[in-house]
Amino acid sequence: MTNKVGQAGTLESCDALVIATIPSEGEGIEIQLDSPSLVSFEKEMRDAITGVLQELNVMCGVLKVQDRGALDCTLRARVETAVRRALAALPEGSERP
Amino acid sequence: MKTGLRRTSLYIPGNNPSMLQNASVYGADCIILDLEDAITVTEKDSARILVRNALRSIRYGTTEVTVRVNALSTHFGQEDFMEIIPMKPDAVRLPKCEAPEDVVQADQLITEIERKNGIEIGSVKIIPMIESALGGINLLDIVRSSRRITGVNYGAEDYTADIGAVRTKEGRELDDIRAKIVVAARIAGVHALDSVFADVNDSDGLFDEAYAARRLGFDGKSVIHPRQIPVVHRAFTPSQKEISFARRVVHAIEEAKQKKSGVIALNGKMIDAPVVTKARKIIALAEAAGYRDEGVLS
Repeated sequence: MTNKVGQAGTLESCDALVIATIPSEGEGIEIQLDSPSLVSFEKEMRDAITGVLQELNVMCGVLKVQDRGALDCTLRARVETAVRRALAALPEGSERP
Repeated sequence: MKTGLRRTSLYIPGNNPSMLQNASVYGADCIILDLEDAITVTEKDSARILVRNALRSIRYGTTEVTVRVNALSTHFGQEDFMEIIPMKPDAVRLPKCEAPEDVVQADQLITEIERKNGIEIGSVKIIPMIESALGGINLLDIVRSSRRITGVNYGAEDYTADIGAVRTKEGRELDDIRAKIVVAARIAGVHALDSVFADVNDSDGLFDEAYAARRLGFDGKSVIHPRQIPVVHRAFTPSQKEISFARRVVHAIEEAKQKKSGVIALNGKMIDAPVVTKARKIIALAEAAGYRDEGVLS
C-alpha cells in the first residue's frame, strides 16, 4: 500500500492548515481536528470536511486539520486543495522519472 | 445594489482568507480578488478554490466584486474561468490584453459558462487591463471589442517595463498611456481606471496622483492598501463649488422639464448634454462622499 500526501493552507489567523494522506487502498476516513472552536463547532467542522471528501469521492484517508478560526468556506477550500494535491501527487517515497 | 462608482478598487490577494472575509469593510467602491500577480505559481490552485468559495459564501454588500484572473494564454486562466464565472462575480479583470481577440476569447468562454450554469448571458462584465506597448496601440479596438466591457485599466509596472521606460514617482512616463486610456474609455462609454500608487506610506503623493488622475478624466484608481482608500476618495470628491454648480444645473434641467421647455439655460448660458452628464456625475461622487442633497445652493 502506498500513500499520497497533499498540504494546503497556513497557520495564520482565519486560515487552516490541512494535510491529507490518501492511501492507495483501504477503508474509512480519519479526521484529526485541532481548533479553538472545537467545543462549539466540532460537528459543523467535521460535517464540512466530510462533505468535501464526499464531493471528491474520497472514501479513505487521514485528514489532519489545524484550524486557526477559518470560516466554513475557507476550511472547505483548504480541505479540497489538500485532497486534490494529494490525488495529483506521486506516492510517498517515489521519485519523478 | 452596487453604487456604480469606482473611485477605489482594492486589490485583495486571493490566497489570504482574513483579507477575503473582511474585503468589504474597508470601504472601497470595488474589490479585486487577485488570482494573478499576487499569487505564486505553486499557490494558484489554492487561491482559485478559496476565492471561488468566498464568492459563494461571503456577502460583500454594495461593494463591486471583481476577480483578476490569469490571462487565458496561461494554463491557469482557463481553470480560473471555469471555477470563478459560475460564482457570478460582477466582473473579471482581464490582464495583459494586447488585442481585441483577447477580450473576444474571454467573452466567448464566459458566455459558454454562463449558458451552462443557467446564468443570464452578459451578467459577468469584463475590465481589460493594458500592460504592454501593443495593448496601448490597440487600446480603442480592445475597449470596443465586447459589450461586457464596463471599464479599462492599465498596469503601470508592466507597461513601463514593456516600453522600456524608467518608472519614477512623478509618473511622467505614464502620461501617454493615461491620456490614451481616458480617451478610449470616453469613446467606448466605460470607466477609465488609473493604476496603483505603490508607496503606501506617502499619502500626500497618493493624493496628488489621484487628484491629477481625476483632472485627466479618470473615474477611479486602484489601491493596494486599505489606508489608501480615504485618500483616493478625498481626491475624487468634487469641491463645494463644483457640487453647487452641478446642483444648479440639475435643478435647471428639472425646471425646464416641468415647464416643457426645450431650451435650458443657467445664468443666461445654454446648458448642453455634456454639462448635464458631468453635473450628474459630480452629484453622484458628492453623495458617495457623504454630501446630502441640500437643494439648490446659491
